[in-house]
Amino acid sequence: MSLEIIIDWLQAALRWAAPLIIVSIGEVYSERSGVINMGIEGIMLFGALTGIAAGFYLNSLWLAVIITAIIGLILGFAVAYLTVSRRTNQVVTGLMINMVSLGATDMIFSMMSETRKARVATFPAIFPSSMTNIPVLGKLLFAQPISTWVALILPFFAAYVLYKTRWGLNVRAVGDNPKAAATAGLSVIKIKYQTVVLSSIFAALGGCALSLAEVGYFSAGGMTAGRGFIVMAACVVAGWDPVRTALICIAFGAADAAQLRIQTLSSTIPYQFLQMLPYIVTIIALTIMVKRSRVPKTWGAPYDPKDV
Amino acid sequence: MDENNFALQMQDITVEFPGVLANDHVNIDCKKGEVLGLLGENGAGKTTLMNVLYGLYPPTEGRILLDGKEVHIGSPLEAIQQGIGMVHQHFKLVDTLSVIENVILGIPTKKQRLDLEPAKKRLLQLCEEYELFVDPDEIVWRLPVGKQQWVEILKALYRDCKVLVLDEPTAVLTPAESDQLCRAIRRITADGRSVIFISHKLREVIQITDRITVIRDGKYIGTLATKDATQIKLAQMMVGRPVTIERKSRPVIEDLKPVLVMKNVNAKDDRGIQALKNLNLTVHAGEIVGVAGVDGNGQRELAECIAGLRKPTSGTITINDKRVTGVIADPTFVGFIPEDRQKTGLVMDFSIADNLIMKDYQNAPYAQNNVLQYTAIKKHARDMIRKYHVKTPSEDVRVRNLSGGNQQKVVIAREIDPEPVLDIASHPTRGLDLGAVANVHDTLLKERNRGAAVLFISAELQEVMALSDRIIVLFGGEIMGELNGEDADQEVIGQLMLGHHPEN
Ligand SMILES: Nc1ncnc2c1ncn2[C@@H]1O[C@H](COP(=O)(O)OP(=O)(O)O)[C@@H](O)[C@H]1O
Ligand SMILES: [Mg+2]
Repeated sequence: MSLEIIIDWLQAALRWAAPLIIVSIGEVYSERSGVINMGIEGIMLFGALTGIAAGFYLNSLWLAVIITAIIGLILGFAVAYLTVSRRTNQVVTGLMINMVSLGATDMIFSMMSETRKARVATFPAIFPSSMTNIPVLGKLLFAQPISTWVALILPFFAAYVLYKTRWGLNVRAVGDNPKAAATAGLSVIKIKYQTVVLSSIFAALGGCALSLAEVGYFSAGGMTAGRGFIVMAACVVAGWDPVRTALICIAFGAADAAQLRIQTLSSTIPYQFLQMLPYIVTIIALTIMVKRSRVPKTWGAPYDPKDV
Repeated sequence: MDENNFALQMQDITVEFPGVLANDHVNIDCKKGEVLGLLGENGAGKTTLMNVLYGLYPPTEGRILLDGKEVHIGSPLEAIQQGIGMVHQHFKLVDTLSVIENVILGIPTKKQRLDLEPAKKRLLQLCEEYELFVDPDEIVWRLPVGKQQWVEILKALYRDCKVLVLDEPTAVLTPAESDQLCRAIRRITADGRSVIFISHKLREVIQITDRITVIRDGKYIGTLATKDATQIKLAQMMVGRPVTIERKSRPVIEDLKPVLVMKNVNAKDDRGIQALKNLNLTVHAGEIVGVAGVDGNGQRELAECIAGLRKPTSGTITINDKRVTGVIADPTFVGFIPEDRQKTGLVMDFSIADNLIMKDYQNAPYAQNNVLQYTAIKKHARDMIRKYHVKTPSEDVRVRNLSGGNQQKVVIAREIDPEPVLDIASHPTRGLDLGAVANVHDTLLKERNRGAAVLFISAELQEVMALSDRIIVLFGGEIMGELNGEDADQEVIGQLMLGHHPEN
């Protein structure tokens, strides 16, 4: 019985963590190149809505994913244009994008009233249902939707790209010393554009994993509930390492899943307090670990190619 | 001469920054296998010229020829591809990456996978060849600056540069490392590569180069073969007038009135170790007291105690009979030129005008009813710029954009113009070139002749001897000896600096 609860809890933890991990991978790249893409919260919202809407109207999950990625790409170019080309303050720009996204997604959603009640198809599991009968692992892993599997594999791939490829080296160099990168012959602006656009695409896909993996609907009023900010905190806590960031995201997912379970078990603690749990975990992790992680040297700083 | 012999020619290069003509029709050329010295004071435009060559700024005018063919260089990548290597004055290394990662950074390749092993092999070969040894796997920030310089040079050689530019490479090197660099340069040119060696240190330039081009104020002054050059001749070309650090004659001031009186002063340094021991010192009006000594023998603590920035553990300090108990804010009382002008002397991102009123900003006419009066502030700044010959297009320029010498002029103007009774000048000429040094000396001498008491702290023995009326030598926080400035003997001071009493 208790094992059942634990497995159920861990399974939920992974499920909740999956969208966070997907978003965090992009954010790690963006911040490694020096740009804090703070708009991921809003872009996630757009992704969540696009996934649902495209899934509903086109009736195809894969088209929904592709369209979501395209929306992320477009928003990513907007963020990159503002923060990289126009060198606007990255925090303010991000907040602005989040506010606009919150309002815009709510408004668009309210215009598509027919999607309101309908549930669209969600991401399927990739393994045959017979495998879910395998003890422990069956439920924990093989019953998971494809998005969770992507989220579990992605960090390792991302780490490989970051540490073992030319492009990864360029990204790290640009974030730590853009002037050195530029004098070595790299186009700093181009690389920053790439990472920011990439992080926006991942943010949109993460949002779509949130809406399409489990629930199958969009809910107005900010269904991402600060997950974008959690991801940014995870990046800091994990020292901008893809795998460690993913682990932090899983910890957050576990806290979130735990509080939902405690809510159903106990009625003495007001649920608002329980809902705070994941965020408190994040804050504690930040305070404990933040000193130990090494910040990309030009983290959040605008880069002017004319400064040499 | 055969045209084709030139590896590099830059003709009529003109670069204009807002308000500054950094290069004004400058010409340089460099033959294959030659070391060309590019000599000029700080701010003369050497770095700017090389940045043009490296594709960092487009020149407003002029052309660049490589091997006699005109080329267009629009970016560092194009420069690298044309065979130009550059070691910047301020290193361009990503110090969180390893040596080898820095070396291969930015080299175009089809292969996405990072395969460092062949690169390491090649780098080690280059290390052998030029005797510049570094560990390819070491993280750059862990390397001493000298080694970082080797990394920069190896990075350029790895890209097989034909022309290697070294921008003030010896500024960060120890003498032994400088010799090593010299040998490496010989090897580099032996391969038929050319080296452009930038410096404002005459001795080195004469030692290393084959020919020397001098620029001043962004203008081309001339080129001469090193064998025909002398330090004096080069200094003249560089500064535009004869310069020497010689003792200047001065009026005798009778009846000296004590201004600064220190009695039995003890003080600790930042680590809590005793830095000044029972120090007794009097500086009179109309007198320059020079403080000689190897750096770190209590000079900094001495200056800070007098300026009220550090509390002595015991003893008394008085200036004009007033006890020093805390920071002295009155600009007419003490002028303090701190040893690190960029950290303590100036706010680098403030304008010249703002920096000039830093001690006075609360007082009329610069402030009225707590509101800054910019008309008065700017007028004051313009007066100071004229009076102290600060080279700048306007008073609104951030001091960060000034050369070291001009930054020091701003500090001096602020500290000395109110005519304080005591001037403390802590290493005021550090990092300045010849012309700027002479300028500082003149200013301090004028202060003395006006009747100020001047305490001049410097690690440059030549300067202390040229300027001081009286010389004290600090060793281990104590005054080892006191000498008359007129007839001080360099040998004696040298012995005292090392803690020996010469008579023993
Ligand atoms: N980016 C820039 N913007 C404005 N002025 C500059 C810039 N870079 C250099 N300068 C000015 O151009 C002149 C030449 O500078 P520089 O080439 O660095 O001299 P050097 O290397 O000989 O010391 C100086 O007066 C300097 O203040
Ligand atoms: Mg320079």
